[in-house]
Amino acid sequence: MTYNRRTFLGSAALTAGLLAAPMVRAQGKPRVVIIGGGAGGATAARYIAKDSEGAIDVTLVEPTRTYYTCFFSNLYLGGYRDMQSLGHSYGTLAADYGINVVHDWAVGVDRDAKTVTLAGGASLPYDRLILSPGIDFVDGAVEGWDLSSQNAMPHAYKGGSQTELLKAQIMAMPQGGTYAMVAPPNPYRCPPGPYERISMVAHTLKEANPTAKILIADPKEKFSKQGLFEEGWNDHYAGMIERVGPDFGGADVSVDPTAMTLSIDGDVNNVDVCNVIPAMKAGRIAEIAGITEGNWAPVNAADMSSKMDANIHVLGDAAAQGDMPKSGFSANSQAKVCANAVRGALTGSTVFPARFANTCWSLINTEDGVKVGATYEATEEKIAKVDGFISQTGESDDLRAATYQESVGWYDGIVADMFG
Amino acid sequence: MWQRFFLMVLLCTAGTSWAEVGGDAENGEALFRQCRGCHQIGEGARDRIGPHLNNIFDRPAGVAEDYRYSEGMQRAASGGLIWTYDTLDDFIENPRRLVSKTRMSFRGFDDQKDRDDLLAYLRQFSASPGNIPEAAPTAAAVDHEVAPEVLAIIGDPAYGEYLSGECTSCHQASGATDGIPAITNWPAEDFVVVMHAYKDGVRAHPVMQMMAGRLSNEEIAALAAYFESIE
Ligand SMILES: Cc1cc2nc3c(=O)[nH]c(=O)nc-3n(C[C@H](O)[C@H](O)[C@H](O)COP(=O)(O)OP(=O)(O)OC[C@H]3O[C@@H](n4cnc5c(N)ncnc54)[C@H](O)[C@@H]3O)c2cc1C
Ligand code: HEC
Ligand code: HEC
Repeated sequence: MTYNRRTFLGSAALTAGLLAAPMVRAQGKPRVVIIGGGAGGATAARYIAKDSEGAIDVTLVEPTRTYYTCFFSNLYLGGYRDMQSLGHSYGTLAADYGINVVHDWAVGVDRDAKTVTLAGGASLPYDRLILSPGIDFVDGAVEGWDLSSQNAMPHAYKGGSQTELLKAQIMAMPQGGTYAMVAPPNPYRCPPGPYERISMVAHTLKEANPTAKILIADPKEKFSKQGLFEEGWNDHYAGMIERVGPDFGGADVSVDPTAMTLSIDGDVNNVDVCNVIPAMKAGRIAEIAGITEGNWAPVNAADMSSKMDANIHVLGDAAAQGDMPKSGFSANSQAKVCANAVRGALTGSTVFPARFANTCWSLINTEDGVKVGATYEATEEKIAKVDGFISQTGESDDLRAATYQESVGWYDGIVADMFG
Repeated sequence: MWQRFFLMVLLCTAGTSWAEVGGDAENGEALFRQCRGCHQIGEGARDRIGPHLNNIFDRPAGVAEDYRYSEGMQRAASGGLIWTYDTLDDFIENPRRLVSKTRMSFRGFDDQKDRDDLLAYLRQFSASPGNIPEAAPTAAAVDHEVAPEVLAIIGDPAYGEYLSGECTSCHQASGATDGIPAITNWPAEDFVVVMHAYKDGVRAHPVMQMMAGRLSNEEIAALAAYFESIE
């Protein structure tokens, strides 16, 4: 007689002592715990649950009940989207995909015991842990600013309430007032993000407060899509935007959140809104798990596994992976590669070779969209760029409008891909 | 007559092909009968089922006044499609390869010589034919037709499903269309032809050129098999 599953179950039914065996089997389903329900984490959860068809037990840990996307939050500042359209719940992931969504903070990772501790006290065992916690800010990165100043001087670099606060402050500016931005040093989430924001703030001010000024202190020599943004700023917002680069002290800044001043190279400016975007690092839980090196968590490109622990994978902004920019598109792309690899490791399903892509759209003015994108492959060393493209200066209005329409389509596409 | 004689001589002496020296406009006029049911050309030509074709060379796609183009043609137009020898040659060979769901329901001309002849005829109705090449600079070198053996590849839908992860961040798996066209439930062969059109640069869209550019023939077939299978 061959010993197969059916005969095993059959004989188990006869013997009381073995009755527990099938239960152990059921409980013995491999467990994946995912920390962070954003672009990386939600996508990974959905793909693992969908493709394993119940063979893997998937738990998603995310403190907020509604995820507000950072992507398109600048369009909210520009008046093109309302906040509600940026919020997404985890209902479908729980109901249709059988994902166990736990609304809590992960506060500890025991890599030997392979458990995650939650703020509420619970402990979640895992076979594979996926971390996609996004970013936190580097302490002391901007002199005079810390997290306790984020209400006076918002970063608006995490979605939701910070973005709303920034918009309210912009709308409350006195006529002819100054909006200032302290731009972050590389690497940071969404390289064109601060400059798309400048465009959208300028668009809003041009209507509501046409004599207002925009001042940017920037520690970077160059920035993403610079030619495209500068062309657009000249065309649409001439005379409104001043950017102070590192040559003129843009890297040497301090702020006073009580006095509402921004000092650039010792020169004190009174400002009405001060949008401080400090230097960034991986979400704190990555550091707590002990898998960071410097500010970020290094990973192997083939499966996004941590270079320090083969049972942990890191996705999105928190990962140091190589050439991909930190974007929602990248996090979503990495999540699918990781989901395929994790499923293969836990259930023996086919593992296909890794491949990655990214495209980032930015809106400069109404119907004036631009984009930059690339494809990537996994090498031994890192995620390496294969091929890319970028919008050109001087493109036709039609093409820019089509590019903007594409970005709207992409938003719907990626959100459906993340949340079902 | 004189022109034809001249061509014959060239053919005999240099062994050059028709494509390199331009087509036979007289034969093109005869071939245009197949277009005439829908298109007018020449003095007083008006839009009929299809737009008039005067000055078609160097004319941007989709600009005949008051003519209502399909969404596909409008999209190609906003992507910057201009009618040149190359793009016309492609369009006439297989309209749907260049413009998805175009309303021009025409099978296309397989034969390069027929296309050269037809274009030689159309060329006469453009403002300064002297400025328009008599033949595609690349006509002899580039054949955009997807080879039968490539079309015959049977794709693996499971691999296609994995690969589709690269597509669904833009093209919704539900088939919804909003700024980005739906690609679910297409006949596999059309899908393959279109993907190769991006890969070969016949279609101009930079994102799709990049995405298709690194897909092998097998991968394109796998994607076609997968997307054909989902509603
Ligand atoms: C203004 C702006 C514009 C942008 N525009 C674009 C764009 O147009 N296109 C684009 O592709 N990208 C854009 N981005 C970037 C994009 O938002 C991020 O790159 C992307 O969200 C990264 O995904 P992630 O999964 O790494 O992190 P996130 O999406 O930030 O998700 C992290 C999640 O983890 C949770 N979390 C953190 N710590 C814990 C913990 N300890 N326990 C449990 N949960 C935790 C957080 O609550 C959060 O929900 C933009 C960003 C900004 C700020
Ligand atoms: C059955 C009708 C039909 C036939 C036959 C037909 N066409 Fe068309 N053609 C159309 C329609 C309809 C359009 C508009 C397509 C759209 O909007 O998608 C069009 C568009 C075109 C265009 C693009 C024009 C523009 O303004 O951008 C060209 C060029 C063209 N046809 C050439 C030809 C040629 C050459 C032939 C013959 C070989 C031909 N067509 C045969 C119906 C036809
Ligand atoms: C970054 C966003 C993006 C990604 C990723 C993407 N596409 Fe596209 N795709 C587009 C856009 C935009 C168009 C419209 C292009 C045009 O006008 O020619 C398009 C067009 C197409 C078309 C032609 C549709 C039509 O109606 O003409 C096909 C087929 C297609 N894509 C397949 C794919 C496949 C397969 C993948 C994955 C390998 C993919 N795309 C990935 C954005 C994307």
